[in-house]
Amino acid sequence: MGAPTRIRVKVQADDFDVARLQSSLLIGAQEEGAVATFTGYVRAANEERQVITLQLEHYPGMTEASIEDIVSQAALRWPLLAATVVHRVGKLSIGDQIVWVGVASSHREAAFSACEFIMDYLKTRAPFWKKEFGPEGEHWVSARQYDSSRAARWQEDNAL
Amino acid sequence: MLKVLFFARVREQLGCSSLELHWPEAGTDLNELQEQLCRERGDAWREVLTQVNMIRAVNQLVMEGNCALHDGDEIAFFPPVTGG
Repeated sequence: MGAPTRIRVKVQADDFDVARLQSSLLIGAQEEGAVATFTGYVRAANEERQVITLQLEHYPGMTEASIEDIVSQAALRWPLLAATVVHRVGKLSIGDQIVWVGVASSHREAAFSACEFIMDYLKTRAPFWKKEFGPEGEHWVSARQYDSSRAARWQEDNAL
Repeated sequence: MLKVLFFARVREQLGCSSLELHWPEAGTDLNELQEQLCRERGDAWREVLTQVNMIRAVNQLVMEGNCALHDGDEIAFFPPVTGG
């Protein structure tokens, strides 16, 4: 593998500009042939509960370190040139951007796979917690089996 | 000293976000620390800290089982994560 993957991780209260994040992912390398990105938004309903706002809590220090670890694992599995993860915390409303993952590689397969891997692991490993506020009151979001299964899938792939 | 942190639902249920405890009196391993918190702070704490799926981290690394604690360690208790 060539140069080390340029990894950037940011946990912030402020909104982010997807276009700017994507262009900053590209600066520097000539061999980039593919960028895959994922943007997560606040949904108006979760498990049939109406959501007005979300409060996102994290574990300062551990959250950043765990995302860096996840991205580093992705960089060991696929030849990545650069990867950026931005995750928001604090109070968010319907339609707000929560998370952005961008991965640059020479080819699309690595970029698509690494982007999905990072999101699947972020959802099950990075210490963030969502609390919903809606007409029925407050509700801590429960971890879903679906997310654990998605993340476990990568371990099965690895074993093959 | 040991720094003990509680997050999200666990923090709300305990009404406590952090504690500073003397080492080694507070516990020389993770299970001992948890048991002492449960014993000294009562049934409400025991009920919360022994919930299934409780995640325990030492120095910001998730621990699957017990581990030794040392002076200056940071311990955290939190529920399964729900970011993204």
